[in-house]
Amino acid sequence: MSWLTPDVLVPIVLAILKALVILLCAVLGGAILTVVERRLLGLWQDRYGPNRVGPFGSMQLIADMLKIFFKEDWVPHFADRKLFSLAPVIAFSSLLLSFMIIPVTPNWGVADMNIGILFFFAMAGVNVYAVLFAGYASANKYALLGAMRASAQTLSYEVFMGLSVMGCVALAGSFEMRDIVNAQEGFWFVIPQFFGFCTFLVAGVAVTHRHPFDQPEAEQELADGYHIEYSSMKFGLFFIGEYVGVVLISALIATLFFGGWHGPWLPGIVWFLLKTGLFVMLFVLLRASIPRPRYDRVMQFGWKFCLPLTLINLLVTGALILLNAPASS
Amino acid sequence: MEIAFYLSALVAILSTFRVITHTDAVHALLYLIVSLLAIAMVFFALGAPFAAALEIIVYAGAIMVLFVFVIMMLNVGQESIERERRWLRPGIWTGPAILAAILLVVLAIALWGGGSLGGISGDTLQATEVGIRLFGPYLLMVELASFLLLAALVAAVHVGRDEERQIEPDRTMNEPAQRGPDND
Repeated sequence: MSWLTPDVLVPIVLAILKALVILLCAVLGGAILTVVERRLLGLWQDRYGPNRVGPFGSMQLIADMLKIFFKEDWVPHFADRKLFSLAPVIAFSSLLLSFMIIPVTPNWGVADMNIGILFFFAMAGVNVYAVLFAGYASANKYALLGAMRASAQTLSYEVFMGLSVMGCVALAGSFEMRDIVNAQEGFWFVIPQFFGFCTFLVAGVAVTHRHPFDQPEAEQELADGYHIEYSSMKFGLFFIGEYVGVVLISALIATLFFGGWHGPWLPGIVWFLLKTGLFVMLFVLLRASIPRPRYDRVMQFGWKFCLPLTLINLLVTGALILLNAPASS
Repeated sequence: MEIAFYLSALVAILSTFRVITHTDAVHALLYLIVSLLAIAMVFFALGAPFAAALEIIVYAGAIMVLFVFVIMMLNVGQESIERERRWLRPGIWTGPAILAAILLVVLAIALWGGGSLGGISGDTLQATEVGIRLFGPYLLMVELASFLLLAALVAAVHVGRDEERQIEPDRTMNEPAQRGPDND
């Protein structure tokens, strides 16, 4: 054990502590967002929202947590028990793992992998199984319909979600998130990659099953879709997982298109949190203001409008990079 | 990295074994997904993170989802589990298993005696190198693969086209398509 000197140990412990802080911030951010969203929805829709527990409803989160912890954790007797328990775990952990790749400030971040953004796409791909298994294991018609809608929608939107980011990757010349942020020193990628930003935002909303793309859980038609049979903490994991996804997509948009920690006057961490918070609010505003479209239109919008747009965007970006590149033989 | 390689290879073999022996189709698919994730870990351990990410995105994230989708739609019940159990009787699989074991022995001897194969070096292959190879020496392969995908796409559009009812997308299901005398 001679290699366990303080020189080696201190960076390891520091890295673990930083990772734990980021993990806690992500989970707590997702949890607090459940209440903040309801307050903001109330504000934008001219009503009060939850304002009874504590001053200005600030204790609502604790009340909700207590309620959800002490509910009976009921598994239906007709359900496939193993898959039924596995699904919420996948839903919560896959998106939470993706926080690993986000560089918060120049020296804060969990992992700098050279596949960077691809890791997020891999985790988003695994996340589909949560909905699929939940829908199948519940042995319930509404849950099955919701799961089928969700998987078809997520697959369709993940196709161009990957392509919409490739413009940024091409401009930065790397998949690594830290390189992408560093490449935005002078100007943010939202300017040359405006269409990439628009399509990534749409795909991000669809992949997290947020309004207006919440077809899988449409409560009028499907009575909450794939998590209809879930109760107590299993439902809680789906619920918090959705908000963790919202925070994750917002942080990714801030990192990929809005320069991450770059910004004048304020320290990097403040800029990062401000930008992420802004996009979280945009998610809530979308939910507050847009009605839910019909399911076939959602699919058509994805395949017939967004996919061609991202392909054209990628072609033009590639052509411009080649034109501006120094001539070499 | 060698420990990671052997551990994930072991997981891959065990879970693939369970894919074959499991009688419930959805649980077998779950093992297949675990197997694919383990193979992605093998790629990681060998220093090919790009291949690992693509393995998860393409196989686990897209193709297997469609498999699970179809199995869910089929709504397999107790009788299919019984059928699977009948198919797993030793009389059915011993013959092919012996033949495959002979091939495995040949492969093991070839690998042992070859010696020219490199070990796990710990070098990491960058994504840019993969891209340069793909669009350099292997450009023809990429073109051929894209031909194949295009052919599949055209076939899917042809099969999926509904020639009987050419309903415009904005018309709802309630009002029937207008059929004039010249529209059939």
